[in-house]
Amino acid sequence: MLKINDLYVNYGGISAVKGISIHVPEKSIVTLIGANGAGKSTTLKAIAGLVKARSGEILFQGENILGKDTIDIVAKGITMIPEGRKVFVNLSVLENLKVGAYLRNEGIEEDIKRVYELFPILKERAWQLAGTLSGGEQQMLAVGRALMAKPKLIMMDEPSLGLAPLIVNAIFDIIKEINKQGTTILLIEQNANKALKVADYGYVLETGNITMEGKGIDLLKNEKIIEAYLGTSKKSMP
Amino acid sequence: MTSQLFLQQLANGISLGSLYALLAIGYTMVYGILRLINFAHGDIFMMAAYFMIFSIITFKLPWFIAIIIVIIATVALGVLLEKSAYRPLRNAPRMSIMISAIGASFLLENLATYLFTGVPRGFPDIKVLTTTVKLGSLSLTVATLITPFVTLFLLYLVLFITNKTKIGMAMRAVSKDFETAKLMGININQVISSTFIIGSSLAAIGAILWGSRYPSVMPLMGVMPGLKCFIAAVLGGIGNTAGAVIGGFILGMAEIMLITFLPSLTGYRDAMAFVILIVVLLVKPTGLLGEKVTDKV
Repeated sequence: MLKINDLYVNYGGISAVKGISIHVPEKSIVTLIGANGAGKSTTLKAIAGLVKARSGEILFQGENILGKDTIDIVAKGITMIPEGRKVFVNLSVLENLKVGAYLRNEGIEEDIKRVYELFPILKERAWQLAGTLSGGEQQMLAVGRALMAKPKLIMMDEPSLGLAPLIVNAIFDIIKEINKQGTTILLIEQNANKALKVADYGYVLETGNITMEGKGIDLLKNEKIIEAYLGTSKKSMP
Repeated sequence: MTSQLFLQQLANGISLGSLYALLAIGYTMVYGILRLINFAHGDIFMMAAYFMIFSIITFKLPWFIAIIIVIIATVALGVLLEKSAYRPLRNAPRMSIMISAIGASFLLENLATYLFTGVPRGFPDIKVLTTTVKLGSLSLTVATLITPFVTLFLLYLVLFITNKTKIGMAMRAVSKDFETAKLMGININQVISSTFIIGSSLAAIGAILWGSRYPSVMPLMGVMPGLKCFIAAVLGGIGNTAGAVIGGFILGMAEIMLITFLPSLTGYRDAMAFVILIVVLLVKPTGLLGEKVTDKV
């Protein structure tokens, strides 16, 4: 569905992404893990057209979308949940969902119902300003808002950031659920353990380069990854 | 003082306040979205007055057609201003776009002086607006009488657009976060243009009503009202439309009451606005209806 070939991106005067190639097959969950500043967010922003890539190819359903406007990219079926959720705090919960469907005109009511089924708490808080929600609720709203665009591909930037462990588990359950319903997911995470567990395939990004890739389960067992991202090395295990 | 004079001045105050309110809405809306004080807004208002002179005196159009043409021309000017002076600086530091706004203001003032000379011109006498009507013991012009109603109606319209329509929802989203708004598929340029369209059309209507009240049109006529309406917007809590209207009413009323009760201080009528601003900001730094902060990280 999404195929990135040899992508280079400069961001803030430095080359943040140095020739990466990623493949996200339809209906899969693919994760991009790596430390802070590895170029994960920049990659997502380049796909969404928020930053201009220097060179390379971003093929979405066979069409090169590199250099296209964000609006056109969203219209083609790619949605991104930005880091830090970024719900519109001055809009009500319901309006946040409606604004997610900004490019669509029909079937919005049914889709709002669908999101409410997925997140009953949002229905309870429909008329509240999004700024009054807790962090976890805001993350659910951000996911719901993204679903309102009826995307083929959802990109998530650190959905677990700053959330309590219980909420993190709930968010990952939702990610699996959305995927089961047929949406392809490209997930960026620092929480490598959780991300690799839900992902079909994973890439490890280090200072703008992909240093490793493989099936989620395989990467979870990989010694280097265990040492660098999962926090425990084999030696210290009993 | 007779109660009749007081009522007369009360009506004047409400009317002047509504005029300020019309302009203040333009300041507050643009600020809400771009975080920019559109210093050229008062000069757009001035240009609208000239447009009215040309439509009626030069081209001899009937007043109701002239009003429509003036609104269209003023909107075109406002949108052009945004496209040429502000849009190219969208990603530049805030200070650059602010300086550009000041530059645009000087440009319009000097352009008007060059094209129309600095000699004041008479605003066309639109009979429908300048006729005097008797209300009991009061005698008011139609313009004075209808201005508050026009303002309240337009305020209702603006609030309806921002709160109940899709483009209004987009405006509020863009005012918080450009990048995320883009991710929703919102066309930022279109939203910003809409803001300038609303602000400029209100300025045009304000200029027509203003001209019927103070029929002397000159290139610098927009400076003082511009400043005062900016103050009105800050007073009401900049970014808040209803606040701008309240701020406008307060300033207009205070100004007229100063003249009524302390005629010896009439020369200070312009300074009054600044004094009120300082006092209010000392007590309530976000303005009367300043944005409540609901952000949660």
